[in-house]
Order: sequence, then C-alpha cells, then structure tokens
Amino acid sequence: MLFKAKPQKKGFFSRLKEGLSMTRDNIVGKLDRLVFGKKKIDAELLEELEELLITSDLGVKTVQKLIASVEDKVSRKLLNDASELKNTLKEDIYQILAGDEKPLEITKKPYLVMVIGINGVGKTTTIGKLASQLKAEGKSVLLAAGDTFRAAAIEQLEIWSKRADVGFIRQAQNSDPAAVIFDAIASAKSRGIDVIIADTAGRLHTKVNLMEELKKLFKIARRELGEDHIETLLVLDATTGQNAVSQVKIFHKEVGITGLVVTKLDGTAKGGVIVGIADEFKIPVRYIGIGEQIDDLRVFNAQDFVDALF
Amino acid sequence: MFDNLSDKLHGVFKKLKGHGKLTESNIKATLREVKLALLEADVNFKVVKSFIDEISQKALGEEVILSLTPAQQIIKIINEELIHIMGDEDSDLNLKAVPPVGIMLVGLQGSGKTTTCGKLANYLRKHGKSPLLVPADVYRPAAIEQLKTLGKQLDIPVFDSNIKQNPVKICKAAKDFALKNAYDVCIIDTAGRLHIDEKLMAELKSIKKKVGPTEVLFVADAMTGQEAVNIAKTFDDILDITGVILTKMDGDARGGAALSIKHITGKPIKFIGVGEKLNQLEKFHPDRMASQILGMGDMLSLIEKAQNVFDEKRAMALEKKIRKNQFTIGDFKDQLQQMMKLGSLESIVKMMPGVSKKMKNNAQDFKDGEKDIKKTIAIICSMTTEERNRCEILNGSRRKRIAKGSGTTVTDVNKVIKQYLETRKVMQKFSKLGIKGLSRLKRSL
Ligand SMILES: Nc1nc2c(ncn2[C@@H]2O[C@H](COP(=O)(O)OP(=O)(O)OP(=O)(O)O)[C@@H](O)[C@H]2O)c(=O)[nH]1
Ligand SMILES: [Mg+2]
Repeated sequence: MLFKAKPQKKGFFSRLKEGLSMTRDNIVGKLDRLVFGKKKIDAELLEELEELLITSDLGVKTVQKLIASVEDKVSRKLLNDASELKNTLKEDIYQILAGDEKPLEITKKPYLVMVIGINGVGKTTTIGKLASQLKAEGKSVLLAAGDTFRAAAIEQLEIWSKRADVGFIRQAQNSDPAAVIFDAIASAKSRGIDVIIADTAGRLHTKVNLMEELKKLFKIARRELGEDHIETLLVLDATTGQNAVSQVKIFHKEVGITGLVVTKLDGTAKGGVIVGIADEFKIPVRYIGIGEQIDDLRVFNAQDFVDALF
Repeated sequence: MFDNLSDKLHGVFKKLKGHGKLTESNIKATLREVKLALLEADVNFKVVKSFIDEISQKALGEEVILSLTPAQQIIKIINEELIHIMGDEDSDLNLKAVPPVGIMLVGLQGSGKTTTCGKLANYLRKHGKSPLLVPADVYRPAAIEQLKTLGKQLDIPVFDSNIKQNPVKICKAAKDFALKNAYDVCIIDTAGRLHIDEKLMAELKSIKKKVGPTEVLFVADAMTGQEAVNIAKTFDDILDITGVILTKMDGDARGGAALSIKHITGKPIKFIGVGEKLNQLEKFHPDRMASQILGMGDMLSLIEKAQNVFDEKRAMALEKKIRKNQFTIGDFKDQLQQMMKLGSLESIVKMMPGVSKKMKNNAQDFKDGEKDIKKTIAIICSMTTEERNRCEILNGSRRKRIAKGSGTTVTDVNKVIKQYLETRKVMQKFSKLGIKGLSRLKRSL
C-alpha cells in the first residue's frame, strides 16, 4: 500500500523501498513512540510533533500552519485521541500535496523540456533518466547540451544520451547556449523528433546576469515553438533546506516554472520543504529522483510522499 | 508635543540605564524570536534547542549593561556565542607531513567537490606549493574529464586516471607519481556519495588508509537543511574529518548548516566557496556567518553602535552626578547629543525587529521628535556655563537673551527648562538601580 505504483523493472521496487525506508523508519518510529501510551493531545505532544515536522525540513511557517489546524480540530472536538493524530496530519499534508500530482504530458510535437536549477542538484542526471523513460514509452528524444559553461558538462550529457540511446546535439564548450537550443529545435523539427530535453548550466537564482542569460534561452524557445510546446522543469535537491523556497520563487518569477523534480530522495533527507512550496506556488511535482541509476526516476505520487514522511 | 518628547526621552534614558539583570521573563520573547530565526536558517532543531538552552542558562542573572535593553543584550550574547562556536579554531590547512601531502575531499553528490579541488589547487599554488590533482570519481559520468578540464584551465597537472580503475589504486598510484615528480600536495577528488552507502563509505576509508592524508575535508552545500547533522556526523564518524568547506555561499542561503555541522563534529570550517570561478575560495569568517544565520544584521549593528557611542567614562561620571544630584542642564545636553549620535530616532526604531508597524509608520513623529531635540540642544548651547551649572539663576531677562541667541521663543526656552527638570527627576529614580551595574559595565563594554 505504501508505494502503489508498479515497479517497471526488476529490482526497481525494492530499490525504491530501500531508498525511502530510511526516511520512513525514522519518522514512523518517532511518531509512534510519541503517541504511544498517550490518549490526550496536549501541548507537549504538539510540541514534539512540531519538532518532528521541522526536522523533515517542512519549515517553521508550514509547521505552524499544520499545528494550528490540528489545534483547531482538537478545540472543536473533531480530533480527540492521540492515536488519530497521525492520520489527521497525514491527511492535511496530503491535501496540500495532492494538487501537485500532475504527471508530465507531452501534448505537442516537438515538445521541449527545459531543465533548470542551481548547481549540482541533479539536472543532467535527471535528463538521462527522463530520456530513457520517454524512449521506453516509444518517443523519439533529442538531448541538447545547453550547459556550455561547466567543465565536461557536455561530455557528461553525451554519456547519458548513449546510455539512454537517444539523440544528442552539442556545440563547443563556451559557445552560446541559445544557439544550442535554436539548433536543437530546428533539428527536431526537420527530423520529426517528439521531445527535446535541454540541459542548462547550473546557476544560483541570485545571479542576475546568469538569470538574464536563461531568460534569453526561453525567449528563443518560445519564439521558435510557442509557450504550449514547452515544459520548464526546476530541479530541487531534497537535501536542501528552506532555500528551496527562494529558488522556486525566483526561477518562477524570471522564467516561469511548469513543473518540479525533487532529486536525491534515496538519501535520508525528506524533502519536506516541498510541502510549503506546494502550498505557496501550486506548481506540480512531476518526478522524484531516487538514485544515480538510469531507472531511478519516479512519477511523483503525493500519497507515497506523505507516507515516506511518516 | 512636550509630553511626546518627554516620553521618548524617558524611554531612551531608561534604555541607557539598563534593566537590572537578565531574567527568564525579560528574554523569553527574544529567545523565541532567535529560535525561529535559527530554524528558518536551517540550523538543526536539536542544535537550536541545546544552543538556546545553553545560552539562557549562561546568561540568566547577568547584569544588563547600561546602553542595552535585555533583548539587545541577549542577542549580543548569542551572536558572540555563535562566533565563538563557529570560529575560534585554527582554520589553516595542515600540510605538515613528508611530501607529497594528501588532501582528500569528501561529501554528498553535487556538493561541489570537483570545483573546490580546482580552487584549492589554485590556492595552494599561490602559496608556493606545487599541487597534483587526483581524479578518483570513477562513477559519475565525465567526472574525471571535468577535473582534467579544470586542470587545463589552471595549468595544474592532473593525474591520469580512467573509469576502469579502482579509486583506491588510483590514489595510491597518484601518490607514488607525485613523489617521483616532486609534487608536494595531492588533492584527491572523490566521488559524491550518500553517507548511508556503506560500500562507498568503506571505499573512502580505504583511500584514507592508503594515502594517509593530513586533511580530510568534508564539502557541504551551504543550503543543506536539517539532515546536515546526520550527514556530517556519519562522514566524521567513519573518516574522522579534519575540516569543512562550505560551498555555494554566494547565494541567498542563510547557511544554518554551518552551525549544525560545527556543533555536531567540532571540526573547523576552513573555507567557503563564493562563486564558480576558480579563484572564488575564501577563508571562513565566523562573524559574517553568525550574522547571516541570525539574520539580524541590522539589530547587531545597532547594538554595536549603541555600545561604541556609550563612553564608559562619561557613564561613570554621569552616574556619580545623578547620585549626588548634580545632573545639570549641560549634562542634559550631552545626553541628547549622545542620542543623536546613535543616528536618527527613526532609523534606530526601524532597525529594531518586532517594532510595531504603527510605530514604524509614525515617521513624522520621529522627525518632530528629532527636530525638538535639535532645538533643545541649540537653546542649551546659548546658555552661559554658569547658567548651565545652576539653572535656578535663569530669570526672565536671561531667558529672553537665550531665546534670541538660539533663534527661538521664550516659550521654547521655558519648555526646555521644564523638560530638564523632569528628566532630572526621572533619572534620580533610576540611579538607585544602576549603581551595581557599573563594575560589570567596565568589563562588558
Ligand atoms: N543519490 C542520488 N544522487 C543523485 C540523484 N540525482 C543526481 N544525483 C547525483 O548528483 C550529482 C550531481 O548531479 P548532476 O546531474 O551532475 O547535477 P547538475 O544539476 O547537472 O549539476 P551541474 O550541471 O554541475 O549544476 C551526481 O553525482 C549525480 O549522480 C538522485 O536522485 N540520488
Ligand atoms: Mg549538469
């Protein structure tokens, strides 16, 4: 019941479970210990609950909101027993995340997936995994090496294109990334490719000049294809704390994000910051990354995510 | 208008006099604010808790120094403690060994190890060393290529390894190569890995054993959230790290991970990465980090200002005068001038967190208050020394002369005298509280 989605390959399900079990064991243990032997929901219990949620990176604001809602239910006698606490809280968080559960749909041809984010979050790896998945669905895929800045970024993407057995388009190191995107679009159009996935250089959202460069990429893409042909995926690292909110806010303001990917959920971090982000921005989470292998990408499932939190 | 000003003076003097001791009740609200600030900065919950507990235990009963409120004083203590915890240690690289000396960089995926290796090589060369870069990440696609490219950019040699080799063997061979070719430092770039990946953690342990590095540096992303403690602790438990490098410090992360990691490992933070360019590596500054984590930079600079302006000798003299009932209108003027040195009242109030919006919006009030103070100072300046020392001699004709001299009216002059007399009364009341604080004041200022 915890992970409803069917495994796609042998070993996949067990790896996913393994990856997320760290997370789950931690919290289930703690929450159950918290509630164990208690009947009444008192201030002490709520405070401990608060601690639990904060250590999952949900952030002070979101936690206060969730706790306030629990308190409200207690005072209105909708919630009495400590043992119901867990389900109530899970339900509340699920309600926030449920809206995020909108898988990526490739509706136009050629479709362009722009993959953006700060340095090292897992953009290139996610592209490799996504390419492999789309290819398995029977789509033709072209990877565009839009990170012309970081050392060996082009070579890294090229290796992934070979692993996923999909097309690859590149220019020289330090060339204009806008030209790479332009080329990729033209090539996809002429070759009848279904999906282009464009890598971009990692950039901190606070760097004005790099954000301007990114805007230029989008201008060209939109001009060549039109808004409805483009998915803009912001990649977030689950290990990141509250700064993820700032990343979403600024990238969204500058180029408009249509989907999120949360990577590295195979670690011990819970990625709880996503809850507050879902609440504030209502941007769907398309995928989660649960490892470094090519099939370690999963469609986001709100219930699984909540279960992994508790 | 007079009441208004008098209230303000009262408030300011009250602040100047301190509030006796720090008590649980007069620091409670501030501690809560600090706690939230630290959590928002991603300091680990448990670390926040033990830190705040420790601080309040230490601070309770401490005398509030003259120029600060209890809230300001506790923030000052917290800030100093943060600086103390995160700094205080020698953060130089340890290169004391028979060359080639090994420096090993470890950490999670995407934390910035490879770039930092390049930066360190550049830094060491600047300090007269001849470093060799050693790519030992055989897992991530093109990781070796990446380090080779950086080496080319820097014109620093990179050991020739490939993904078919075993990382432990690469490092051992690199060290032999360095010895033969007279490189004095080997900087080893290891693959990013999860701290819970036992197999890969064991690999790091073997590398460490084979190379015997003087530095095992844990590279952490400044944006890391609550898990920073567990991650750092595991790396430290397994590898006994010698220091920490925080990367991506050029963003807008508050960087609470720095405190978490330092708290849990006790290992010094040696460098910070502040950009993608290979010269963007800086020494760690605990004071900057503390104020970034607290996020109360304005408040801290206000506290500093208040302390600097408040001159100890003056405070002592004033205290004595008040006690002996010798607080003259000239002293009154000095106090007003001190207050003006703090900056405009408006800017002082704006700097303070937790001040109500209504007050902040009352800019006109403050401007009026300031104008009043300036006028008051001008009037007192027009008095003779004798008049300042003995205000009872200020008769009608003297008042008229002073009004003329300061470009004001006799009514204005009358007001100032009344203000002074009232302030003197208030100050006498407070003098009873403050005497004990003086000996402490000397130490804390
Ligand atoms: N454990 C784990 N590691 C991941 C995951 N996704 C990516 N990584 C690793 O994170 C590191 C950085 O990934 P990249 O794909 O190079 O990240 P990037 O965002 O393209 O980085 P830059 O282009 O340098 O900004 C690599 O070592 C990846 O193998 C994941 O879901 N889990
Ligand atoms: Mg990349």
